[in-house]
Amino acid sequence: MTSTLLAPRTLRAILPAVSLALLLAAIFWLQPRTMSYTGLNLMLNLAIPIALATIAQMFVLCVNELDLSIGAYVGYVACVTATWLVESPPLGIAALMAGILVYAGLGALIHLRNLPSIVVTLGMSFVWLGVAVLILPRPGGTSPEWIRWLMKLHTPVVPFPIIAATVIAIVVHVALMRTAYGSILRGAGGNPRAIERAGWSLLKIKVVMFALAGVFGMLAGMALIGLTTSGDANIAARYTLLSIAGAILGGCEFVGGRVSPAGAVIGAITLTLAGSFLSFLRISPDWQIGATGAILILVLALRALINRAEERQ
Amino acid sequence: MKRTLQGASLAVLALALAGGTAIADTSGKRIALSNNYAGNSWRQAMLRSWDKVTSQAVADGVVAAADAFTTAENQVTEQAAMIQNLVLQGYDAIVLNAASADALNGAVREACDAGVVVVSFDGTVTEPCAWRVTYDYHSMGTAQIDFLAEHMPQGGKLLEIRGLAGVIVDDDISRGIHDGVAANPQFEIVGTVHGDWDQAVAQRAVAGILPSLPAIDAVVTQGGDGYGAAQAFAAAERPTPLIIMGNRQDELVWWKEQKDKNGYTTMSISSAPGVGTLAFWVAQQILDGQDVPKDIIVPLLSISQDELESFLETTEPGGVANVEYTLEDTQGVIAKAAP
Repeated sequence: MTSTLLAPRTLRAILPAVSLALLLAAIFWLQPRTMSYTGLNLMLNLAIPIALATIAQMFVLCVNELDLSIGAYVGYVACVTATWLVESPPLGIAALMAGILVYAGLGALIHLRNLPSIVVTLGMSFVWLGVAVLILPRPGGTSPEWIRWLMKLHTPVVPFPIIAATVIAIVVHVALMRTAYGSILRGAGGNPRAIERAGWSLLKIKVVMFALAGVFGMLAGMALIGLTTSGDANIAARYTLLSIAGAILGGCEFVGGRVSPAGAVIGAITLTLAGSFLSFLRISPDWQIGATGAILILVLALRALINRAEERQ
Repeated sequence: MKRTLQGASLAVLALALAGGTAIADTSGKRIALSNNYAGNSWRQAMLRSWDKVTSQAVADGVVAAADAFTTAENQVTEQAAMIQNLVLQGYDAIVLNAASADALNGAVREACDAGVVVVSFDGTVTEPCAWRVTYDYHSMGTAQIDFLAEHMPQGGKLLEIRGLAGVIVDDDISRGIHDGVAANPQFEIVGTVHGDWDQAVAQRAVAGILPSLPAIDAVVTQGGDGYGAAQAFAAAERPTPLIIMGNRQDELVWWKEQKDKNGYTTMSISSAPGVGTLAFWVAQQILDGQDVPKDIIVPLLSISQDELESFLETTEPGGVANVEYTLEDTQGVIAKAAP
């Protein structure tokens, strides 16, 4: 029993959850007020859009690519949601669908031309930002009523952000980790040649994964507008780095198709809580980015140790 | 036992009465400043004023704490998270200089729902549950024309220097100037340039338009552009008109030099970074249970010919003339705002 518990594989799987639990315990100890329905609600609601963006990033990571445009894309979605989706829903829906199509197209382009995704998505980030500024030249707009209602939902007993995070993690986990096609998708990151030899189209897989990133990025932008109630082209500028950090923190790897949806959600929540933790400690926000980095390095160092233990076995 | 309790409560009551003022009521309250940006001299002065006034208030026992927090990246999501954290830390009021007029409404609403008083100033928010402390920038425009009407009853030709295009403040001041000119038809605006509230930009812009202009009698400005305009007139070897100043230290120094040399007369008007301290007292008054209107208009800080020396003394090089508000000043402003 203890041997399975201490096996490196199990350790690596539970490391994100353990770091989250430790952080949460520290926050409760520092600020007991947070240990309540309202407290958890306030602390975690901004983690939902970050978790969705992290899942989007995870899909891209899964096929050995990196998306540097996710923050700008979430900003684009936010601007569409705060304007067109309210004023003329058909136009808004069309614009959101177009965003997903562009993502799918990027997947195809990157695969067919064998382009580095970092360059393509970095370029796209400026395109998204430019379009967002065109749609909403100055901050404003309103949230569609139903999104606002959903994000403000006061669920009984368990706060809504926790339920939402759990649902996101379970849905993506089941789809990606427990279905046959999910394992094909992950295999395309782990061993693309084998997947291709088995008769699967790598092009199709990349298109699907990028389209999924587009879908979850869209959900992130809509959730964000539900919380802030109005948009701004730069509203999610930090999401690019947060989503990469969250995915890595949650046990995903940059290459090899090794990802974990539950871990990614936990990683996103951990990063959000780290911000609260540091401000409860009265650490100046100027240091918070650095401190977030330090937490990241700490967790990655632990994971490297576990990996080494695994190799030794 | 019961009698001692009664005695004790009587003693407390007597103490409270002896205290007389409303001060005792907020001594346990904690107020936080949530600020989105600290990267220019105006914001630095704002934070210094806050620190000076609130640390005195804390020392006097008016409030228990008044801590200032600034976001690192001037990001809406970052400030929303900050507001939520401040609510969780149990602050009774949040004084807010917001990164966005609308995009923080969700977080502000949550703070209000949690029973926290939110007072926004400078960068105000539109959420109805928050208080707004704003400058009447329209009056900054009309005040300049009123001053000119008094000093140049015969009227004259004006050059208008505007601020940063597309910003509401620029629009408000300019509307004030044009409304003032409409009410005083002896004045005529013969040229308009954008100086972006920056001396170097203003100097370039004025130098560019001067050759095409007739003799200018006065220059109406928005602050941060008066010194640049004076330099442009000097470089073009044209007579220096009456230039309205904007409380910047370099402008006041230039005004003082001219005043000593030839009795040059003008005025200076702009917003004072000390408005943050007024917002602090507004929050304190609300926590004290006072009835405070949701929209509070703060008069702009204007400097007259006689006050020049005293303001010049207290203004740091590179800074802006400032004024810190006291509780009494604030009560006066609130009384004026009440319907």
